[in-house]
Amino acid sequence: MALKISDYRTPLFADWCPGCGDFGIHTSIQMALAELQLEPQTVVVVSGIGCSGKTPHFTYANGVHTLHGRTLPFATGIKLANPDLEVIAAGGDGDGLGIGAGHFVNAGRRNLDMTYIIHDNAVYGLTKGQASPTLRLGMQTKSLPKPNINSALNPIALALAAGYTFIARSYAYDVRHMKNILVQAIEHKGMAFVNVQQPCPTYNNINTKDWYSGRVYKLEETGWDPVVKNLDEELDKTVAAIRKSREWGDKIPIGVFYKNELVPTYEERISKRIPFYTKKPPAKQQIRDETGTPTAVMDEWFKELKV
Amino acid sequence: MTSKELNWMIGGPQGSGVDTASNIFGRACGYGGYHLYGKREYHSNIKGLHSYFHFRISEKPVAANVNDVDLLAAFDAETIVRHIQEVVPKGGVILEKEDLNTKFSDIQTLPAEFAAEFQKYLESKGIGETVGDLVEDAKKKNINVYPVPFLDLLKDVADERGIEKLSKVTRMKNVLAIGISFSLLDYDVGLVEKAIKAVFGEKSNIADMNILAFKKAYNYARQTFGNSFKHKLEKLDLAEERIFLLGFQAIALGKVLGGCRMQTYYPITPAADESEYLEAHELFKLKKGDGAIVVMQTEDEIAAVNMASGAALAGARAATATSGPGFSLMVEGLSWAGNNEVPIVISYYQRGAPSTGLPTRHGQDDLRFTIHAGHGEFPRIVLASGDMKECFFDAAKAFNYAERYQMPVIHLVDKAMANSTQSYTLFDLSRARIERGNIVSSKDVKKGEYKRFKFTDSGVSPRAVLGTEGAVMWYTGDEHNELGHISEEPFNRNMMMEKRMKKLETAHKEIPLEEKLNFFGQEDAETLVLSWGSPKGAILEAMELLQSEGFEMGFLQVRMLHPLPKERIIEALKKTKTKITVEMNYSGQLASIISEKTGIFMDYYILKYNGRPMTTTEVYEAFKKVLRGEAPKRQVLTYGS
Repeated sequence: MALKISDYRTPLFADWCPGCGDFGIHTSIQMALAELQLEPQTVVVVSGIGCSGKTPHFTYANGVHTLHGRTLPFATGIKLANPDLEVIAAGGDGDGLGIGAGHFVNAGRRNLDMTYIIHDNAVYGLTKGQASPTLRLGMQTKSLPKPNINSALNPIALALAAGYTFIARSYAYDVRHMKNILVQAIEHKGMAFVNVQQPCPTYNNINTKDWYSGRVYKLEETGWDPVVKNLDEELDKTVAAIRKSREWGDKIPIGVFYKNELVPTYEERISKRIPFYTKKPPAKQQIRDETGTPTAVMDEWFKELKV
Repeated sequence: MTSKELNWMIGGPQGSGVDTASNIFGRACGYGGYHLYGKREYHSNIKGLHSYFHFRISEKPVAANVNDVDLLAAFDAETIVRHIQEVVPKGGVILEKEDLNTKFSDIQTLPAEFAAEFQKYLESKGIGETVGDLVEDAKKKNINVYPVPFLDLLKDVADERGIEKLSKVTRMKNVLAIGISFSLLDYDVGLVEKAIKAVFGEKSNIADMNILAFKKAYNYARQTFGNSFKHKLEKLDLAEERIFLLGFQAIALGKVLGGCRMQTYYPITPAADESEYLEAHELFKLKKGDGAIVVMQTEDEIAAVNMASGAALAGARAATATSGPGFSLMVEGLSWAGNNEVPIVISYYQRGAPSTGLPTRHGQDDLRFTIHAGHGEFPRIVLASGDMKECFFDAAKAFNYAERYQMPVIHLVDKAMANSTQSYTLFDLSRARIERGNIVSSKDVKKGEYKRFKFTDSGVSPRAVLGTEGAVMWYTGDEHNELGHISEEPFNRNMMMEKRMKKLETAHKEIPLEEKLNFFGQEDAETLVLSWGSPKGAILEAMELLQSEGFEMGFLQVRMLHPLPKERIIEALKKTKTKITVEMNYSGQLASIISEKTGIFMDYYILKYNGRPMTTTEVYEAFKKVLRGEAPKRQVLTYGS
């Protein structure tokens, strides 16, 4: 029997503020899982700390709600140990680009075949509205005592610099668009990053739903071609995507900025060294026989140490 | 200290081949049937600062270094300055002839605080300002000095091989030192050649050239110094197969045997050696087919511990390896693993602390840290090995504890073991078992009903790994209910805290005593020594010496530090009159933990925190003071350079 969207919803009360963009992102995740007909037990939704961190609890699939900023290390460990699992990491902008920025960058370098969603509302919601790394310089959202003294970082450009091979932006109130992006991200061979612009109705009184509507437009409707089809195109497409990512203000593009499946995934890189890696990844190796005796033969190891 | 025993030291600037030389020397002795224990000392530096290797070679097994040096091979003036006083009467010093003219003030690598102390020593003895003056003074102690024109010998080698640039062969000074040493010791040339080949590769050009250099030095010493050195090293019959094992290798091997298939790490001294060794050996044989370990170098230790947790959730036996500064970063992740009952293993290589401390030196400063690390209260097991063999078996067993009790296990080792090498006869692996605890598969779970944190009598819940068919589960660092969903309910909170902590009691009850403690010597002796970790070797050897003098002692080596096997410790403490703890830290951490858990206080504390491992000699002397009633309550050992 086909899995329905509602099959991916736990009965738990979702305690986000009314109007929170997290509802849209959560719905899109469920829609994408249903469209791809992924069995809940084969999916792992990994989150960090903050309002977005609760996403796994409301999703009927394996859920790992981790530490602040550590979404990607946990997700990486899970995926590496068992690459058959569909790993979707979802965390806040402070989580991924502030406290976890080092992990964000290094996950790009690896290009593991998983998906990372950033809930980007420019504030730290759960601690009551401090500035996140994506809040623009000089902005003073509701609970800031002074205007923001730091410049905003550009998640799309950072992802490009770090080596993500699928980079997209979506908008939390356009669940159908986000679902489409997520399906592509999950199906992408390599590390996919989706930055979701998300109003925070409680603390971000600047980038509101009204502010976004009329500004957001879809890249795919402008003939934008994000796909790197051969290595010669790589530089030009990267530069074009960076240029596009700086478009912000009256017009905010959403959609897929960049996609490059020519870069080997981390799984492929390991497989070059461990040819049976995908068949027998760490979690699936037989480590003992029926008597509990270890299966590893230590003779060769000791032989090397013999005198 | 025994009849057929030799203490050989080689020293020089880092990067000058001290390690290679010691490797060759050790192997050559091993081929000739000798046991050995060797320790490596080095600065936190890549090239130029002083490093040395101290080998103890014996016809019987050895487990620690002693203070004596019978033969010192010095590549440079600093080695002579730092170590000549350790050379025993009738011992020998091999040195570069030209170094005799070196003025102490010209040795740029000598730290000011050392130079100041050394100057006082020189003045008190009326020694002049050159290395030669110091050497002349040493001769009064009846030390043999063997000046060698290393450069001339190297030139000979270069000429013979048609090499124009002398810089291409200067590194072979180390093999020359080996040649001189073995010539003085009148040792079997064939065994040394075999060792050189083993180190450089059987057929390599480099091996050939090194053998040439070795022979040149060997013959030079024969002609120049003849039979002047009293120590001889004769070939023994090698009765059984032996291995030389470094601590980090032992742990790596133990992990593979124990089923570890994923290791994460961030580079740090001295822990990184283990991960690199594993990566170099990532493919290995299983009884049927092939196995592999995935080794991942992460962006930091925070990622390392949390990736290991992720892998463990997915069902792999996963570990990370680190040292103090790295573990500090792992602490939040440790707390998460404790709260989420994740079976990870952390190999913790202690080094001199606090902060960056003594990055390449030894210490046991972190016992209390590992027991208490993490905010909140959660169960963990802390296990400390005392030698390379224990490192091996404990590393394997750590995963059984982790999975049986679903909690993090910290395997505490230290720099003294990590970088020391010891000879062993082959280990018997026939009793090694992998116990995965209450792990459930798809046939054990009813679809939709699985509870990862189900309340049970033992506290241990049936564990399904991520991806188990029919089982969907949740984890969170928040307090949670049986399903793994966030819960702040007071009633549930109590149940969960009690469930988690109950596991520690279960572990305490179930793990057999012989895995938690070792007892050596006389159970009813009037003096009982308690210790943990690498001082074990020096303690055992000191006890043996004292026994031959008629002093009986007991030694309780505590291997499981948390949960502490306190009942057994109390039993032993009650039988004895004099209680001594021996450990490599300032405050006596084991002593205070024992007091905290048992209410019993130690009579004597033998401590050391200068960054250099305890030697048999100094432990023996410290014990003797206690036995004679001449010891202060707190003895701080200071040997080492």
